[in-house]
Amino acid sequence: MDGGSPVPNSVMSGGPNRKRARVSETPPLRGNSGIVLFCGFVILLLQGCSQIQSSLEPASRTTALIADFWWGMLLVGMVILAGVLLLLFVGLRRGGPRGERPLSTRGAFLLVLTGGVVTPLAVILAMVVVGVLIGKEIAKRPESGPIVEVVGRLWWWELRYLDEEGDLIATTANEMHVPVGRPVRLRLISDNVIHSFWVPRLQGKTDLIPGQVNESWIEAEKAGVYRGQCSEYCGTQHALMSFLVVAEPPEVFERWLSRQAEPATEPESEAQARGRQVFVEQGCAACHTIRGVSEVGEIGPDLTHLAGRRMLAAAAIPNTRGHLGGWISDPQHVKPGNKMPSTVMEPNELQALLVYLGSLE
Amino acid sequence: MSVAEHDRPGEAVDRSSEETERLSATWAAPKGLTRWFMPVNQRVIGRRFVITAFVFFFLAGALAVLMRIQLMQPENDFLSPELYNQFFTVHGTAMMFLFAIPVMEGIAIYVVPMMIGARDMAFPRLNAFGYYVYLIGGTVFFGSLLFQAAPSAGWFNYVPLAGEEYSPGLGVGIWTTMITFIEVSALTAAVELIVTILKLRAPGMSLNRMPLFVWSALVTAFMIVFAMPAVIAASSMLTMDRLIDTHFFTPETGGQPLLWQHLFWFFGHPEVYIILMPALGIISTIIPVFTQRPIFGYTALVLSLVATGFIGFGLWVHHMFTTGLPQLGMSFFMAASAMIAIPQGTQVFCWIASLWGTRIRFDTPLLFVLGFFVIFIVGGITGVMVAAIPFDLQVHDTYFLVAHFHYVLIGGAVFPLIGGIYYWYPKMFGRMMDERLGKASFWLAFIGFNVTFFPMHQLGLQGMPRRVYTYLQELGWGDLNLLATFGAFLLAGGFLLSLFNALWSLRRGAPAGEDPWGSPTIEWATRSPPPCYNHEHIPIISGRWPLWERRGQLSIPVVTGLRDDRRETLVTTVLDATPQAVAVMPGPTIWPFLSALAASAGFLGILYQPSFFLVGFFGAAATFIGWFWPRRPWRDD
Repeated sequence: MDGGSPVPNSVMSGGPNRKRARVSETPPLRGNSGIVLFCGFVILLLQGCSQIQSSLEPASRTTALIADFWWGMLLVGMVILAGVLLLLFVGLRRGGPRGERPLSTRGAFLLVLTGGVVTPLAVILAMVVVGVLIGKEIAKRPESGPIVEVVGRLWWWELRYLDEEGDLIATTANEMHVPVGRPVRLRLISDNVIHSFWVPRLQGKTDLIPGQVNESWIEAEKAGVYRGQCSEYCGTQHALMSFLVVAEPPEVFERWLSRQAEPATEPESEAQARGRQVFVEQGCAACHTIRGVSEVGEIGPDLTHLAGRRMLAAAAIPNTRGHLGGWISDPQHVKPGNKMPSTVMEPNELQALLVYLGSLE
Repeated sequence: MSVAEHDRPGEAVDRSSEETERLSATWAAPKGLTRWFMPVNQRVIGRRFVITAFVFFFLAGALAVLMRIQLMQPENDFLSPELYNQFFTVHGTAMMFLFAIPVMEGIAIYVVPMMIGARDMAFPRLNAFGYYVYLIGGTVFFGSLLFQAAPSAGWFNYVPLAGEEYSPGLGVGIWTTMITFIEVSALTAAVELIVTILKLRAPGMSLNRMPLFVWSALVTAFMIVFAMPAVIAASSMLTMDRLIDTHFFTPETGGQPLLWQHLFWFFGHPEVYIILMPALGIISTIIPVFTQRPIFGYTALVLSLVATGFIGFGLWVHHMFTTGLPQLGMSFFMAASAMIAIPQGTQVFCWIASLWGTRIRFDTPLLFVLGFFVIFIVGGITGVMVAAIPFDLQVHDTYFLVAHFHYVLIGGAVFPLIGGIYYWYPKMFGRMMDERLGKASFWLAFIGFNVTFFPMHQLGLQGMPRRVYTYLQELGWGDLNLLATFGAFLLAGGFLLSLFNALWSLRRGAPAGEDPWGSPTIEWATRSPPPCYNHEHIPIISGRWPLWERRGQLSIPVVTGLRDDRRETLVTTVLDATPQAVAVMPGPTIWPFLSALAASAGFLGILYQPSFFLVGFFGAAATFIGWFWPRRPWRDD
């Protein structure tokens, strides 16, 4: 439950291009009856774990409503399950060796009527009413606040911050910053396949469907880093099409946004200048934009302020120089099937490029 | 034709009379080299459907185990993403299209005519055609895995991902054409079942005396007739988008990706009930047998089946709550989806009322039914939960959903199905399946199932999306995934044990006799395994539980007067089953097989060259001429 803390260390350390020797042990399985196992699972289910992508740890008003709704439904569901199984058990017991004691027709009729019709109807009515009320809260889109155009790509996220007139302020990728306590309006678009935008701790899913613009919104109540992930199957690298949402105080957010609007930092050292040259010479600029250097690349993420991001490759690996080097040299090893080709270059060229990219705060 | 008192079959009759010999000669499946492709008898076709479907079940199950191994630990590299995506696509497609529907149809094809006292299905050749189409379509679809050409866009094939641009190559083409093809087979079986059930019932078996399994087969067949055309239309449109550049689903040129989803789920949700429905019929068949009392609430059970059939078509939009449709419209589908709980609840409580206070034989078939209760109720409760729009926005396309629908499909359909196999096996093969193996298989499968799928609820709530080939260690999903993989091995072991049991019992099982369970319905009034003509005389029915009502009496009234030198069966009226006519059935023939071959050649050919449809079209037309060449069997006397 550390919603207010800065980036958890665990987010920063991971990545699919390294294996960690951690032995996962099979949880103990004792008892040979399904009931024991079942109870074990329920206990497991009731435990809250600290996780950056768990819908059971809401960090916004709407997800908190949904989580409460879930706990309510779980309670009712467990009562129903226990009730039905108890009835079944009692019913079976009564026909033991002592002989048959079946229900009278009237008794059976009452059992079916109350259990099979009245109870489900009452539960359904309650569920539909609560569901519609919460649904209305989610559908109530804010009328003010920053606008972000979320563009689903294969397989990463482009984020375009717009002003009230709809003009572009800044473009970034895979890391969305939002002000705490203020709603952010989202315009969800895709020009390729269908994706789905989902940050479990902040907002339920909305799809990005080619040919239409869907709207959603997001409002973090607590500062923190939240992870989101594409939830509609979108091809080879669907699994690692993730992103981070960084919720920070409004003034920090405003500073961040105005920084993002600026062009890239000018090289300050010879190595950085050399790296910038490599960026252009190696053809990186064909796909990637660095505002102030080359603005033709539209296929890959905008790298203007790359060094300020916490993660690389759609939040799959931490943004360190080592990981960045590995990613540039052999992206297919890190995320098989992604659209970035391997680049062969001299070691000193790669070093210079890494130094330059590392300077793009 | 006349009605005569006849000895109850099997009790005092020497069955090897001249009459039965003549019947055998008339109805026998052909011998010789071509015999594999000639039979049209419903028992042969039904058995082939069931066995083929189980082959696909075990293949698709093997894919599931491989996927569980990949997900056993975070960042595993046992399978490549491409292979994993192919596996889950083929697994889902095969389980839905190649296993669940055909196996239920196969059992219905095998059992229903015997249960209603008919000698065969209404259109035996169409029946055979449906099987070959299914066999070829299924084999090609599964074979695509071997040639690295399997589809990888998911069993739901959402466009534009499944379009030519994002899924080039043969994969999705094989999916769309083979699915169209296999659905044709489902439709033929459905039409067969409807006509057979409505027109070929034994005299006296009015609609309100029909066994509940026959009712479930009837409702299923009607659902297939209304649902399958939607997916055939959708997959034909997708085929055309891919092959001849139409633009049904491409947004740049005015197409609509959501159109696919509407068509697909208009079929796809009823599909779940199509799979579930026969299982409900199996449960209603097994419970009275093992309690030896009539089931409580026959009428309520029938109405529940029919209501489920109707409501099943009104809730497809709950698969699309995240697509940005208006909230108010979706609320209707939320209410409709939850409403299905009422007929299902009614059935569950009718069964509990039937089991209440009775002396029960806890044999394997009933064990699987009791296992169904636990699993299906959990699946039903989570089903109502995911129907709630706000909650669905969080769990849609997560492992919570994977857990939910496996609880419904395995618990709701596969467990009763295996119970049904244990129950009807003695009728099919004349031998009992082993009880000890059966019980061990049940417990292994039951525990394995819950260990596999219960943790997935929590994984989904913790944010694990489905259809991912890997996940980062930091997300904390590793332990539960490892547990699920462990469970998958238990579950697979449980099912394999039943497979072993079935094979072993073919030779070694105890001889069953005619009616080992003391069942009330008339498929148990003939030999086990049944002769090729089902019943030597069509019985006359005077109640819902014909064999129980005849207990202690030696005789059962039967219809006499049908000729035994050609394939005749009795046609009766739809409501009351009063005799109406005598139908003459066709005998063995190669034409359905040739038609299926010609149609397959066309369907497969268009993947390479769209003009190949001409081959299929003219080839099939030519074989249909042979098929329908008039022979006038009613004139040859």
